[in-house]
Amino acid sequence: MHQFSLARLAAGLAAGEFSSRELTAHFLDRIERHDPRLNAFVTVTRDAALAQAGAADARLRAGEAGPLTGIPLAHKDIFCTEGVRTSCASRMLDGFTAPYDATVVERLKAAGMVMLGKTNMDEFAMGSSSETSWYGPVKNPWDPARVPGGSSGGSAAAVAARLAPAATGTDTGGSIRQPAALCGLSGLKPTYGRVSRWGMIAFASSLDQGGPMARSAEDLALLLPAMAGFDERDSTSSPEPVPDYPAQLDEDVKGLRVGLPREWFREGLDAGVAASIEEARRVLEGLGVVFRDIDLPNSALAVPAYYVVAPAECSSNLARYDGVRYGYRCEAPRDLEDLYRRSRSEAFGAEVKRRIMMGTYVLSAGYYDAYYLKAQKIRRLIADDFRAAFAEVDLILGPTSPTRAFRLGEKTADPVTMYLSDIYTIAVNLAGLPGLTVPAPMAGGLPVGLQLVGDYFQEGRLLNLAHRLQRTTDWHLATPPGFD
Amino acid sequence: MQWETVIGLEIHTQLLTRSKIFSGAPTAFGAEPNTQACPVDLGMPGVLPVLNRRAVELAVRFGTAIGAEIARRSVFARKNYFYPDLPKGYQISQYELPVVGRGAVEISLEDGSTKTIGVTRAHLEEDAGKSLHEDFQGMTGIDLNRAGTPLLEIVSEPDMRSPAEAVAYARKIHQLVRYIGISDGNMQEGSFRMDANVSVRPRGQHALGTRTELKNLNSFRFLEKALAFEVERQVEVIESGGAVVQETRLYDADRDETRPMRGKEEANDYRYFPDPDLLPLEIDTAFIAAATRDLPELPDARRRRFVSQYGLKDHDAGVLTASRELADFFEEVTEVCGEARLAATWVMGDLAAALNRTALEIQGSPVDAAMLGGLLQRILDETLSGKIAKQVFEAMWAGEGTADEIIQARGLKQISDSAELEAIVDEVIAANPKQVEQFRAGKEKLLGFFVGQVMKATRGQANPKQVNALLRKRLQG
Repeated sequence: MHQFSLARLAAGLAAGEFSSRELTAHFLDRIERHDPRLNAFVTVTRDAALAQAGAADARLRAGEAGPLTGIPLAHKDIFCTEGVRTSCASRMLDGFTAPYDATVVERLKAAGMVMLGKTNMDEFAMGSSSETSWYGPVKNPWDPARVPGGSSGGSAAAVAARLAPAATGTDTGGSIRQPAALCGLSGLKPTYGRVSRWGMIAFASSLDQGGPMARSAEDLALLLPAMAGFDERDSTSSPEPVPDYPAQLDEDVKGLRVGLPREWFREGLDAGVAASIEEARRVLEGLGVVFRDIDLPNSALAVPAYYVVAPAECSSNLARYDGVRYGYRCEAPRDLEDLYRRSRSEAFGAEVKRRIMMGTYVLSAGYYDAYYLKAQKIRRLIADDFRAAFAEVDLILGPTSPTRAFRLGEKTADPVTMYLSDIYTIAVNLAGLPGLTVPAPMAGGLPVGLQLVGDYFQEGRLLNLAHRLQRTTDWHLATPPGFD
Repeated sequence: MQWETVIGLEIHTQLLTRSKIFSGAPTAFGAEPNTQACPVDLGMPGVLPVLNRRAVELAVRFGTAIGAEIARRSVFARKNYFYPDLPKGYQISQYELPVVGRGAVEISLEDGSTKTIGVTRAHLEEDAGKSLHEDFQGMTGIDLNRAGTPLLEIVSEPDMRSPAEAVAYARKIHQLVRYIGISDGNMQEGSFRMDANVSVRPRGQHALGTRTELKNLNSFRFLEKALAFEVERQVEVIESGGAVVQETRLYDADRDETRPMRGKEEANDYRYFPDPDLLPLEIDTAFIAAATRDLPELPDARRRRFVSQYGLKDHDAGVLTASRELADFFEEVTEVCGEARLAATWVMGDLAAALNRTALEIQGSPVDAAMLGGLLQRILDETLSGKIAKQVFEAMWAGEGTADEIIQARGLKQISDSAELEAIVDEVIAANPKQVEQFRAGKEKLLGFFVGQVMKATRGQANPKQVNALLRKRLQG
């Protein structure tokens, strides 16, 4: 059952081939058996999951089921879940139980999906390897000596190891796409505003976007409509209607114009990754896709601009964790200043502190214009690059990450090397565009991710091309050894 | 050395919305601590602000009322600082692009002249919570009921040249926000709070002196006293060879002095940046039209109209337009009785005195406009003398009914019946032959005596005009 697609699971549930309780128990058992090796979950909600499954079975029997009813999934521990610890993998929120559900959680719950638990991640989503978690690093199911990518590494590892059919993630600079790529999954970062951010713990508000992670584009297409759409509780959510993504999956891709940014295929790109992307490109060419080289001239500015904007917003967003109302509080504070200083010093990890300090610096009087304002201008230039590109092509294709999964600890000593892991994904967040990753052929026994970028609200087109690719290849079906 | 005082005010006025500026929690005053704070107000992880449309409408009303430009696009910004009653670690305010641009109000000065005071800007922001230092031994309690309450911060130009002008301006803004219904202006509950920037400079010097900011001014009296103290203090500092330090000072009403604010970090860098959780606020002509459609006649215009339409003195028109409720009351009384000047006399006289005596606002007056108008009708149709009318007013105030009901019940109707009065006059003349003789001998002053006698006989109910006429006729006869 754990190899079934969401459509297959839905069919099995509808036909009474298995119940949601059986299915849920099966995944819970797999988590129990395999997760100690991976550390993908920070919380497993067995009892609640079985109760939700029971309710889903009742809906199925009553004929009130939707396409996702009874199917289990895992939520990244950045989404608030009522009555369940929501930690953001930080000591700061280790003891925090959210009093409400995030919109994404609420909508998937309403669709009848069963929550298995909460997945591990980089602390407050800051990282590209899922090593900065208060609960310890997540391991890549393809090679436990390697990272799963991050920040949604727990969700990626859980789905890749078949411990959950699907999971939610969030993507601020690549946090859905890069771990999905490094774990051999399909992952979608929707257009900014497509999915409500209500209840999704903020890292960098103007960049954060929730999305689905699964094993195929088809699965993503089934999940997205249940997550997306306007939410009056999020002023930045879009009123744009949510199209019928599954209906678009099989559309013909012949003649589709796809751009290859020259800047994404230069130095820094691993040869194995490049070869794998080229193989995927040739398959797509065989489907009638027309390729052409394009330029995104400001690509090199994306990472620097991002590491001004994201820390700036994070320094403000994380100010609320002050030890006053909830979350970690230091022992016996002497006075208010001591309470702030020690609570935050003791409960935030090194990477979070680094970004808070960077962000505080770039917003300071005298530096604001030189850093924050300039970064915002670069952001517009980057968006303009994409706008110009989409005047000529329908989609953009390239690698998701410059390398395959790297070893645990390999990049932790050098933040900048770690930051470059998101060099192809970050520009997409800065522009607010939708980006999708799907597996390209494996290289050296490790997954490679192929990234597709579309114009605003063109998720349907991304899913369509990815699905057509997956219909003709089996790269996305590979299972990590020991988890099949 | 002649010194000139320069004052600018920042006024925070709480907007009359049912819910908070960025959440659905209620704004009612006086609830148990932390019972009116939802996850958004508490700054819980993952919550997001959603702008209250009503707060924007009220800001637009204010902007329109002071003739200011309404920004078609304004931006909410985060003002970052740590404080226990600031749940998110930042206040959502407006910084570079406020919703209300430059406007002005006119104030009346003691000498009867007027002066225009510029309003630099007014912007929307959320209030913080309250730190409670009492009742918690060695600890501080936090009440977040007020966190997220919508405020309009109204910033003036440094146009005021004396504490009295500052008070006149503050009163003007207070009158205006209540008039146009955007705030209850309740100073005890913190709905109208004033900070003053004040500096002194040698008369004739163009450059401004170093200013201090005075906080905690929660009444007009304190505003005036604090400014007076601070001006004197600054002059003393400079005249004794010192320099004014730019700082925030608190006014201590008990000691009637200002002193530097302790504890709070002075050189705060607020690291303002646009709030990425809120879209820029776009306001179009239709929104402005809808928000200001029911804007009432503004106090200055109404005052001018009272002078031209009712023939009132400018001063009286000013008193009667001090609040919208009072002006409405006056106009209703006038409409009922048909005589504006009589209405003005009574509203500013007996009614105001009675309200003052019982510490009531016009809205709480036990005598409503229709009742007072009814009383004045009985004066105008000579049913009542002015003196009896005062008795009737007191009876109305005590809740005995309308003027007519009281006249009826107490038999207070003025005696205007000539035959009846003639009989009484004749009796009085017959009973006082000595005085009649003196009067006829030329001691005309005695007329008052006879009037008094008639009044006594009628318990004051005789129509004085008729009594006068009758007495003259009979006595001279």
